[in-house]
Amino acid sequence: MSGLEDIDTPETPTNGDASSDRRRRSRRGADLIPRDLHERMTSGVVVVTGICGRLGRRVARFLHRERAVVGLDRRPFTDRPKDIEHFQIDLRRKKVKDVFRNRQISALVHLGVMHDPRDSGEDHHTWNLLGFQKLLDAARQYDVPKVVLLSSANVYGPRPDNAQFLSEDAPLLAASAFSEMRDLVELDMLAQSFFWKHPNTETVILRPAHILGTVRNAPSNYLRLPVVPTLMGFDPMMQAVHQDDVVSAIRLALRPGARGIFNIAGPPALPLSQAISMLGRGQLPVPHMLARRVVDRLWRMRLTSFPAPELDFIRYVCMVDDARAREVLGYTHRYGIEQTLAAVDQERWV
Amino acid sequence: MNRQSALVRLSDVAARDVFPFARKLLKQTRRVVDELALRTLGPDFEERVARVKARYEGMGGDPFGLDPDFTKYVSMGAAVFHRLYFRTVVHGAENVPLGRALLISNHSGQIPIDGVIIAMAMFMDAEPPRIIRAMIEKWAQTLPFISMMFNRTGQVVGVPENCERLLQQEELILAFPEGTRGISKPFTRRYQLEEFGLGFMRLAIQTRSPVVPVAVIGAEEQFINVGNLEWLAKAIGVPVLPVVPQLFIPGGQMPLPTRYHVYFGEPMHFDGDPDDDDSIIEEKVWLVRQTIQSMINRGLKERKSLFF
Repeated sequence: MSGLEDIDTPETPTNGDASSDRRRRSRRGADLIPRDLHERMTSGVVVVTGICGRLGRRVARFLHRERAVVGLDRRPFTDRPKDIEHFQIDLRRKKVKDVFRNRQISALVHLGVMHDPRDSGEDHHTWNLLGFQKLLDAARQYDVPKVVLLSSANVYGPRPDNAQFLSEDAPLLAASAFSEMRDLVELDMLAQSFFWKHPNTETVILRPAHILGTVRNAPSNYLRLPVVPTLMGFDPMMQAVHQDDVVSAIRLALRPGARGIFNIAGPPALPLSQAISMLGRGQLPVPHMLARRVVDRLWRMRLTSFPAPELDFIRYVCMVDDARAREVLGYTHRYGIEQTLAAVDQERWV
Repeated sequence: MNRQSALVRLSDVAARDVFPFARKLLKQTRRVVDELALRTLGPDFEERVARVKARYEGMGGDPFGLDPDFTKYVSMGAAVFHRLYFRTVVHGAENVPLGRALLISNHSGQIPIDGVIIAMAMFMDAEPPRIIRAMIEKWAQTLPFISMMFNRTGQVVGVPENCERLLQQEELILAFPEGTRGISKPFTRRYQLEEFGLGFMRLAIQTRSPVVPVAVIGAEEQFINVGNLEWLAKAIGVPVLPVVPQLFIPGGQMPLPTRYHVYFGEPMHFDGDPDDDDSIIEEKVWLVRQTIQSMINRGLKERKSLFF
């Protein structure tokens, strides 16, 4: 069910298999960490924000078996496992600090990034930036040794002059064509500056490609449409990553010694049209000039959940090179392209 | 004469005369088409396609979206231009090394037919058949169908990261360092190379790839350009806007059927520091540029006629 059992903690002696070399390499940083801190980082309490989202629940489901998990979300956590402590509070409130003050937190996993283009700009902006800033302040004040931010490969932005595979050094240009993305870019930048300002905390920024699964995000919702509209004459290559592969990347990022920015991609890329036909959906090619106008109109009439600038994602490439995650984190994708695509139609079980 | 007998007689005629005639006509057309296809595509076209396809399938698919089946149909169309319309003569295809290489060519002809012809030369006349990966203008990515066709035939956006990745994949890169300055040259400056960009040389040094100079003769005369409207190009957001009078003559929309000559030169090897100063890189680029210019000059001297 979990398929993640063989990700062992660094203490476990590796039995000299082929992957032990890679594991040893990923432990390079871990050797410098004092024993007690290492202990704390591998078994201490993890705060997970946005735990009530579909991805958040999956992360909690995998994490709570091995260590204590504290949830932070403004939504209620229905069907919560007994051993997960949940605080239903707004991230912008002062109360967030109490969560950190009263217990020794050993890691913060920030999944509570809001990206709902329908929401008002101000709410969006303060939630994402103020909320995250509050969390980072708390992490600094109470010496949290690990901060993991789930950003997204979308921060690079789909552009006609994108390299086929963007490295972690590529500029974050998503907001140039789609200004609602600026929150997400700034959030990523905030984590980057925290990384440099506080070297005692291991900051990890994960930038996964399109996450597919039972999650409710734009790419999964798009592929769930009964007839999938595409832009006539455009068929960009796309990358998808299974939601559980993202969960395993988060678990790898929590290991002591891991720090920095990592792109996460799943199985090899394929053309969008091929992905749609593998799902057995019909395609509806629309001329791009018309599509932009129609989607914009539908958006304003609240008939679609896709804002018009998102059309660029099915027009240009926005793919990442995840060689660094595979080499340094030891990340590998477990789900092939068929399973990853099929996951959008799965029944939700958590 | 009732209606029934009229129908019977009509069917008699059909059975005796019309059908055999149609069949004969069909057979004859098929023979002509087959013969023409053989002349255009050559006897080993299918085999060449299969060899190229096997290479990319062995790699587990091309990450840039090259689709060998789609490329097959595009190259069947391009072969008509290559073999029948422009009747290309390919010189020195054996000079192209087997592994990674950068084909550096002069750019001319208002629309990039020269790239297609070089690609066809490498696909249909070289041994083994190769698919070239041209570095294309990013503007082409914003155009419907054209962008899709480029992607599926393996052409990529001209950014250094893509070029580097492809060279590590042991591919054959085609680049036109003159860029749009070269392709839209007015007729008075035909066969005079424009300034070269330096990027290709840095990549060649960095990835230790040989540079193959390529000269294309015949493309400059296909569309006669009397000048460029720079201000209008800027206003409507296209890279260049050449004035080509023949486009206004009915039937002049097709390029003139000049005979193409493609010369592949000896591969050149460069070493040094890829991050060297511009002035040092410029010297190496100058060497390539002069080689291509002298290949062009020699080719023009050898050319007997524009059209034959």
